[in-house]
Amino acid sequence: MADATLRVFRGDREGGKAVDYQVPVTEGMVVLDAIHSIQAHQAPDLAVRWNCKAAKCGSCSAEVNGKPRLMCKTRMDALPLDQPITVSPMKAFPVIRDLVTDVSWNYKVNKKIPPFQPRPGVKWKMEQRDVDRVQEFRKCIECFLCQDVCHVLRDHDKKEQFGGPRFFVRVAALEMHPLDGLDRTRLLKEELGIGFCNITKCCTEVCPEEIHITDNAIIPLKERVVDEFYDPVTMIVRKIFGAKNT
Amino acid sequence: MTANSKYETQEHDVLIIGAGGAGLRAAIEALAQGAKVAVVCKSLLGKAHTVMAEGGLAAAMANLDKADDWRTHFRDTMRGGKLVNNWRMAQLHAQEAPDRVRELEQWGALFDRTESGDILQRAFGGHTFRRLCHVGDRTGLEMIRTLQDRGVQMGFDVFMECTITKLLKDGDRVSGAFGYWRESGRFVTFKAKSIVIATGGIGKSWKITSNSWECTGDGMALAYEAGAELLDMEFVQFHPTGMVWPPGVQGILVTEAVRGEGGLLRNKNGERFMEKYDPKKMELSTRDVVARSIYTEVKEGRGTPHGGAYLDISHKPAEYVKRKLPSMYHQFKELADVDITKGPMEVGPTCHYMMGGIRVDAETGQSSVKGLFAAGEAAGGLHGANRLGGNSLSDLIVFGRRAGLAAAEHAKKTAAPSLDNAQIDEAERQVLAPFDRAEGENPYTIHHDLQDMMQRLVGIFRTDADLRQALVELEKLRERAKKMRVEGSRLFNPGWHLSRDLQCMLTVSEACTHAALARKESRGAHSRLDFPKSEDVWGQKNHVIVKKGDAMTLFEVPRTAMPAELAQIMAEDK
Repeated sequence: MADATLRVFRGDREGGKAVDYQVPVTEGMVVLDAIHSIQAHQAPDLAVRWNCKAAKCGSCSAEVNGKPRLMCKTRMDALPLDQPITVSPMKAFPVIRDLVTDVSWNYKVNKKIPPFQPRPGVKWKMEQRDVDRVQEFRKCIECFLCQDVCHVLRDHDKKEQFGGPRFFVRVAALEMHPLDGLDRTRLLKEELGIGFCNITKCCTEVCPEEIHITDNAIIPLKERVVDEFYDPVTMIVRKIFGAKNT
Repeated sequence: MTANSKYETQEHDVLIIGAGGAGLRAAIEALAQGAKVAVVCKSLLGKAHTVMAEGGLAAAMANLDKADDWRTHFRDTMRGGKLVNNWRMAQLHAQEAPDRVRELEQWGALFDRTESGDILQRAFGGHTFRRLCHVGDRTGLEMIRTLQDRGVQMGFDVFMECTITKLLKDGDRVSGAFGYWRESGRFVTFKAKSIVIATGGIGKSWKITSNSWECTGDGMALAYEAGAELLDMEFVQFHPTGMVWPPGVQGILVTEAVRGEGGLLRNKNGERFMEKYDPKKMELSTRDVVARSIYTEVKEGRGTPHGGAYLDISHKPAEYVKRKLPSMYHQFKELADVDITKGPMEVGPTCHYMMGGIRVDAETGQSSVKGLFAAGEAAGGLHGANRLGGNSLSDLIVFGRRAGLAAAEHAKKTAAPSLDNAQIDEAERQVLAPFDRAEGENPYTIHHDLQDMMQRLVGIFRTDADLRQALVELEKLRERAKKMRVEGSRLFNPGWHLSRDLQCMLTVSEACTHAALARKESRGAHSRLDFPKSEDVWGQKNHVIVKKGDAMTLFEVPRTAMPAELAQIMAEDK
């Protein structure tokens, strides 16, 4: 097979530039294979995170031709090889070096979320159908691609006020756990700023685990917040006359 | 009692190296004892190799098969390990696994359910009953997320993307560790009264492996360098089913749950070849047997176009397959253009698991060095010559807990150690040496050649001549590694990181080769073409490797007899 050109961001916090590398393409090759090939033969100090190489750990997140992707799951033969393939770090997070970004903010947000707390005296029996919807959320591999694509974080950088899709998924998993006894709606509204999300579904589109982030996690959580904090009559008035008139 | 002034120093009661299942479970237990706990890991939290575990964790809960109990699990484990396991570990593991699973559930883990609302269990190779608690085929992810969240809430200090390169000692006990931040390349020292090694396996020494870049035997090498003993290093498990095509995914794990859910193995002639090798257990024979069977079929010309065997689950309803094996479905569809609900997968053996490891006390995980503990894959003994599927995840939580408990107790009755600047200077010199050379080989080339050599000479089938050759090759690789050069800065530099990991891989590869050469029989995962039978005399001893001066020395230790109660269990057969 022919060579491909990878146009890879090289740089650090201070700045950097895209550098072109020629890589021989083999059958079934993924972008992460190409990055490894560059490391082994051309640039041993090319920084990249990866672990499992099988889309189970969520480490190798980057932007391939501008799209947030797991590099281990992005096939070279699915990309137009007649032009350079750009590989850049996730834009929503500060660059550390090359393709590695500082994702520590996510771990800080996670700490704010009260963990699973079983209801007192609970019996440890659960029906599979009740577990199903939570298991969907538990599939999350924390690749943070949903955070990367979310315009509230990516374009508006509201990291102080907003938790981001990943953590709505986590809260949804806790809130919908059949045996959980805590209520996290105030946290959603006040600390995680769920109101900033205007359900454009960008997060759902990039999720490599195909979690229905918007429909199954965020919208039901928004409904809970509304139920708890907003009077339904006021809501109707707002809908009819617009928010300014209420 | 001064801290080292040269570098940032972190001080804790218990330092845990590794944040997979064993490390996290150890941390939780040590925290519960009131200890101040640090967890250091090479990757981000939650990315450890445990996350790749698929099929489930073995625990005799008897949710489906009421006849199951710890005795049967104990016997299965010992038989799977060809009777060279540490019987006390096998006993504790079988007895405690169900409680550890319930604990996970109480911390928020959501396992698949039975009709009556209990944790669902599936069949797996070598287990007499349906025993593996699971979440589809992503059980490891469920486990690591549960433990991670628990630990974070309990308040351990996590030091992510930090590589430990040396254990520090104060006299005959451990005093801490030296390492670098992968991100900045700056150095850091940790001072601790107890250290738990939970660094996992060594699979990256082989070319075809299911292991991630992290599995470079760091903990075993660190412990060995600090004077600890390594046990049974010849027993390396080759998982029978790794992907074989396309080249970039070669070795990636195909869960045993495919066979547990009814998947069939066939050769290119359509024959269910397991009939020849283990007609009783067929596809659910132990991993050592299935791996050798596939290898033999391929070697004798009955392999698939890409040199493997066919593994087929497509006779089951498509919806069932997608539900029980979702990540396998996606893995093959996206990476290999194969729809496993419609046709077979191509699979072949892949280096998967180290049964051997740091020699520890069964009850506490205490190594032969004071204050140094180990748990999980980094520790040896539980699995003997071959591990049963599902026994690894349960190992992590049973012995992770025990090691964390013992480490915290040890810290309570121990005075704070001192760090020795001379040791720190030496550690720094070792790590920086590859930057100082004006020219030299790239570490990637040496790693490539090491993997190629171990695959060829210390693989599934071994011979005296090959193993002797391997020792010669290892010596040459070590010489090359002494002269390797690293380019670039210390800022997140993977070439530099590899230069350090490579040293660990060379050490554990050598230990493995020495032990494999010494064991002149075939047992479990250790298959010698020149000694094809298991010998009773070899069943009576284990191998121990320890550093004497600068030399790696190996000796045999006789096995102690099982107490009557356990011997009785082994004698009963159901």
